[in-house]
Amino acid sequence: MRTLSVILTATTLAAALPATFAGDITGKITLKGTPPANPEVKDLAADVNCGKLVTEKVFMPFYVVGSGGELADVFVTIKDMSGKSTGASAEPAVIDQKGCQYHPYVSAMQTKQTLLVKNSDPLLHNVNITPTPGSGNKPANQAQLQGGPDLKFTFDAPEKFMRFKCDVHGWMFAYVCVVDHPFFAVSGKDGTFKIKDVPLGKYTIEATHRKAGTVTKEVEVKDGAANLDLTFEVK
Amino acid sequence: MTPTTEPRGLQRFAVLTAVATLFLISVGGMVTSHGAGMAVPDWPNTYGYNMFFFPFSSWIGGIFYEHSHRLAGSFVGLLTLIQAAWFYGKRSRPVLKWIGAALLLGGIVVALTSPKQWQDAVVIHASGAVALAAGFFWPRSEPQPLWLRRLALLALGLVILQGVLGGLRVTLFKDEIGIFHATLAQLFFVLAGALALFTSRTWRRTGEEAKPCPHATNLRSLYAAVSALVLVQLILGATMRHQHAGLAVPDFPLAYGKLWPATDAAAVAGYNRARLETTAMNDITSTQIVVHMAHRLTAVAVALAIGACWWLTRRKLAAGHPLRRATCLWLALVLAQFTLGAWTVWSNKAADVATLHVVIGALTLLTGAMLTLLAFRCLPRFRELPEALQISPQSQRI
Repeated sequence: MRTLSVILTATTLAAALPATFAGDITGKITLKGTPPANPEVKDLAADVNCGKLVTEKVFMPFYVVGSGGELADVFVTIKDMSGKSTGASAEPAVIDQKGCQYHPYVSAMQTKQTLLVKNSDPLLHNVNITPTPGSGNKPANQAQLQGGPDLKFTFDAPEKFMRFKCDVHGWMFAYVCVVDHPFFAVSGKDGTFKIKDVPLGKYTIEATHRKAGTVTKEVEVKDGAANLDLTFEVK
Repeated sequence: MTPTTEPRGLQRFAVLTAVATLFLISVGGMVTSHGAGMAVPDWPNTYGYNMFFFPFSSWIGGIFYEHSHRLAGSFVGLLTLIQAAWFYGKRSRPVLKWIGAALLLGGIVVALTSPKQWQDAVVIHASGAVALAAGFFWPRSEPQPLWLRRLALLALGLVILQGVLGGLRVTLFKDEIGIFHATLAQLFFVLAGALALFTSRTWRRTGEEAKPCPHATNLRSLYAAVSALVLVQLILGATMRHQHAGLAVPDFPLAYGKLWPATDAAAVAGYNRARLETTAMNDITSTQIVVHMAHRLTAVAVALAIGACWWLTRRKLAAGHPLRRATCLWLALVLAQFTLGAWTVWSNKAADVATLHVVIGALTLLTGAMLTLLAFRCLPRFRELPEALQISPQSQRI
């Protein structure tokens, strides 16, 4: 009986340990000021094939801002964190080509993690990856026919906003941020983000938007959670 | 009596090759203007097909431009090959036979070792059959002079090199190769134009009608120097275009609202954030801004230099002299080119405007080069050069 009590106590303590020594960083990102209007992608509508897939007007998603200023597609990470990649065992990240557009426009993954690029369109695309020169990641350019298998990629080096593009349809491009640790997020359309299981301690959070720039803020993860809101400004 | 090829036929074919080269440059310009250089990931095949078997239904979007460029390049390569064989006259017959036999054998080898590449085998076989047949039926004309034959071979070598460079640019992901590819295209165009000129009646007549001119050396040197400046300008333009960064400076005649734009890191970061591109473009860098501004300044220098050529030619040469007309054409081209350059910026680098700018640039370089060659031909000091450099229907050396 006494042995059973000890075992039960030890098990409960072990289950509670991660929550005790780690927490989630959550927050909301907003944009202050009026951003320039996103340009319309007229080439998509004019394309003989893509124009049939998408009937509504399409705009470049440079600024995806909610009614309350919520800013999407902000890459949030812990500054100066490195060398803790769990990408090899992580679930694959996914990008899809649908309606002659990349979805999502901005995504993030770890080094060594698999990225699946899908083609959900009834026509061919090419997936041209153009890392920043000197980043350590290698360029690639692969054809992806309609109905073809998912393309798989992995990257060995961290890099912010590595571009993926289709040269058949010049308006199609998206960005993938690669980090060598699991502490990152991309804000959603409601502006919120969550970085999970961050070990307790003080950190500098770095949030980067492709057009609005970079904002940093200090945060301390204690008592299993931390919350911080970030504000970008356009003038 | 040995039959000879009608010289005018060869000259017309050389003109056709030069015109086809200009068309090829325009198609290549469209590829870069539309950012379609990587739309076909493989080379020399196209999405796994032999390029001559690629289905027309798949010529979509950027593939249309890139694939058309490859086919046009193959056509110019074929014309250049035929031209070279024509320059060699009856001496081409055994060479064509050997090439034909080798290709027929090569086609068999490909078919047996790689059945899946049957399309490549068919193309190699068909090429071999045509070459072999040509070897038996090629006209028994006398070869052109040695120096012309060598130029024709040089053209053949350059067009092959161009094809390889274009392929390597795709397979090695090197924008720098694109710059060299674009520059070599211009030089090949000049060579094609020169071959058309050297086989023309105009060339023969200007040599025969040359009159002493005290300004010969100055004019010849001036034309050559200005043509070289035009080439420098084209290299700057190629460097800009093959950075694939769109317009590094989006306004004209000012640059970001100033005479000379800020190029510090903060300013450049601001330019990139403010730019709302609808096609994938590389980020603007300070180097690109400097190259862009150098291109603008060199444009002014080129326009002034060609204007000086026009004015000096009118002053030094009598009315009716062919070089006066040529400099008028040169001046008209550079003024059009200057306008197109401004229009390229104002139209936010519209593909058709930017491509026309490339084409007129090529014609400006060609005109300067031809003018220089004619000046050396029709101004007397040319007659001091060895007789072998004068065109003749008889071959000079075995």
